[in-house]
Amino acid sequence: MDIQSRKRELFKEFAPRLETTSLATKIYIGFLVAIILVGIYAFYLQMAKGQIVTGMRDNVVWGIYEVNFILLVCISYSGAFISGILHFFHTPWKTAIARIVEIITVLSLLIGPIYILLCMGRLDRLHYLFMYPRIQSPITWDIIAIITDIVACFIYLYLTFIPDFAILRDHCEERKIPKWVKKLYKTLAIGYQDTKTQRDRLHKITRIMSTIVIVLAIVAYTVLAWIFSLTLQPGWNSTIFAPYFIVGGLFSGVAFIIVTMFLVRKFYKLEKYIRKMHFKVGGIILLILAMLYGYFTFTEYFSRWFSHKEIDTNLLDALFTRYFWVFIFANYVGILVPIGILFFKKFRTINWVTIASVIALVGIWLNRYLIVIPTLETPYVPIQDTRIDYIFYSASWVEIALSFAGVAAFLLMFTLIGKVVPLVPMNYILDSHFTTKKVKQKVNKEISE
Amino acid sequence: MAENNKKSRRKFLNNGLKLGIVAAIGGIGLSKIASKLSAQTEEAHSGEKMELMTADGTLIEVDSSEVMEVHNVKNNEDNYDVREGIPNRKFVMVIDLAKCKNARKCVEGCQKGHNLDYHQEFMQIKLIQDNPLAEPYWFPKNCMHCDEPPCVKVCPTGATFKREDNIVLVDNERCIGCKFCVTSCPYSARIFNWEHKAKFDDKSQPYSPETNVPGATGTVTKCDFCPDLLRQGLLPHCAQSCPEGVIYFGDRNEDIVTNGAETVRFSELINKRGGYRHLEHLGTKPNVYYLPAVDKLYELEDGFEVNEEVKERYKNVPYVKELKKQGKI
Repeated sequence: MDIQSRKRELFKEFAPRLETTSLATKIYIGFLVAIILVGIYAFYLQMAKGQIVTGMRDNVVWGIYEVNFILLVCISYSGAFISGILHFFHTPWKTAIARIVEIITVLSLLIGPIYILLCMGRLDRLHYLFMYPRIQSPITWDIIAIITDIVACFIYLYLTFIPDFAILRDHCEERKIPKWVKKLYKTLAIGYQDTKTQRDRLHKITRIMSTIVIVLAIVAYTVLAWIFSLTLQPGWNSTIFAPYFIVGGLFSGVAFIIVTMFLVRKFYKLEKYIRKMHFKVGGIILLILAMLYGYFTFTEYFSRWFSHKEIDTNLLDALFTRYFWVFIFANYVGILVPIGILFFKKFRTINWVTIASVIALVGIWLNRYLIVIPTLETPYVPIQDTRIDYIFYSASWVEIALSFAGVAAFLLMFTLIGKVVPLVPMNYILDSHFTTKKVKQKVNKEISE
Repeated sequence: MAENNKKSRRKFLNNGLKLGIVAAIGGIGLSKIASKLSAQTEEAHSGEKMELMTADGTLIEVDSSEVMEVHNVKNNEDNYDVREGIPNRKFVMVIDLAKCKNARKCVEGCQKGHNLDYHQEFMQIKLIQDNPLAEPYWFPKNCMHCDEPPCVKVCPTGATFKREDNIVLVDNERCIGCKFCVTSCPYSARIFNWEHKAKFDDKSQPYSPETNVPGATGTVTKCDFCPDLLRQGLLPHCAQSCPEGVIYFGDRNEDIVTNGAETVRFSELINKRGGYRHLEHLGTKPNVYYLPAVDKLYELEDGFEVNEEVKERYKNVPYVKELKKQGKI
């Protein structure tokens, strides 16, 4: 049968990566593990000595942990959002990148909340959130939103994986893949035989889940923004924060997906599937989001500057003196340069789009930094302290080590997932064959009628 | 029916008056009378008259045998709920900025009373200025114990709570250290225990949210209005230790505040002296009132001469520098 041989072909194509691990990969994994170990040591120090080992003090009580949290969680939400859209609208070019997006979604949603836990003074009392919940608190809303989102994203990711597990299960026998992996495939495929009823049912469920995931992402973004905008603080208490976070989150998410696409394409030799077209389309989406995000950023700061309440003026003074270059990079370079690159057709190449995405990512991290930290440094009641670390925040090595450990953990888990399943979903490739055939048939039928 | 209503209304008012008398007895600063009273309740018909002040300020004379001792909070500790607070009280503080000279005794008294370190300040004294032309003044600032506390709103576990008697407290056995309350307080009233300290292990005094002692690592703490002292009929540590009588403390229900030396009507003080609340426009409805820094008793410069640390503290404050440049200091 046509489809069976195609399955075999695909398996053959993706199998070698699942079978062997090159020396370079081993060194790379070792390197990542080393970074994570340093992070674990930093975590141990923080647990043993308290948060005094961080740069956080009485005024700036949230530091780069909070910034990382926002960035990662926003990337995850936008991953869910984009993957939901890809599914829901049967986007033809989703084939190559859908799985990458889904893995990004789940991994960043696993790592992101760890940073908010690092912000907590008493991790041993985490269960109090459930023992003595107060529904009035935006933190409770955020916890509900994140947990719901994690569950939904896992279900969604798993649904998209099932047909691939079935293919892997059916074809792995003749290969020298470790026994436990074979067993894993068998268990995870939950008896999926790719019959017509099964396929239709799975498509239906995945479609429903994709809409749920989109809605959940919007809710979760909003609640995250509310953590800030529901307070009275200058620079936080803003009515546009929820949509601003959605747009900024999508912007960072798309940039992150493009960078990952670039790396996956390069190191997994998937040039055949991830093509220039993907970067082109990604670039155009990034361009639109960059313009929207730039517009929101401008509106946000412009209205604060124009109305110049004293407390806002203090904040803007800090932003334009101490944080001048950070502000320039975050909100000028980080937005205008990607726009400048992506605006011109001839720059919408794989390399240039990736460069624009990297700049956008750094820019948005700094933008989040400027949202969290300068606000806490310019409270209503002026800080008059002799201790410099209580006046200005600077991240300690513990915080920096744990930030890099998060990146390393992300890369490590991504690599390990890439060892077990193909990063390009085989079932989508098959699906796209079907749909093109079906459409052709349908068109032919209509013409002949 | 109408008459019946009228009657019950009169009865209610009557009871209210009695309640007022009783409340006056239990009043802060009047504890001496109270102790005298309790000694006398055992004797029947002593014939001794005593003067009492009613809630509206008139003095009345009653036979001491007619005054009953009421089991108020002091004798009622068995069913006292820390989260409910002291019944029938609405505590307020009034800070008279005209009298403050930055002696920092309130800060020290508070730190001693709450077993705080040198830099941990529930009561902070800031140098602030209302507008560029106005002379700066010393501004003692503690927790405002707001009626609309932003910190209580955002607490995910109910570790921080608002009581019936106006006091906002933190239960450091419930606090998970998320610090959301710290970021949502516009008065910077909250501080965090960043590291473990030996004094936290001293369990000789049982922990109560009313004293914040002993502290706990990784939790939030702040000014508590010293409810443990209030229940003994004493003033909070800061008000007790101020040599200038800057800090008045009292009960809005009784409409009385005292700084230990003089006892005044709260409403009169606020009306006559132009009392205001800090950052009123934020809608937090604080229970700490300020009397403006007009006709100040001390020179601003006196406040810098307290000690080297104070000099150091204000050295880098931008407008202190600016003031020095202008030759105002």
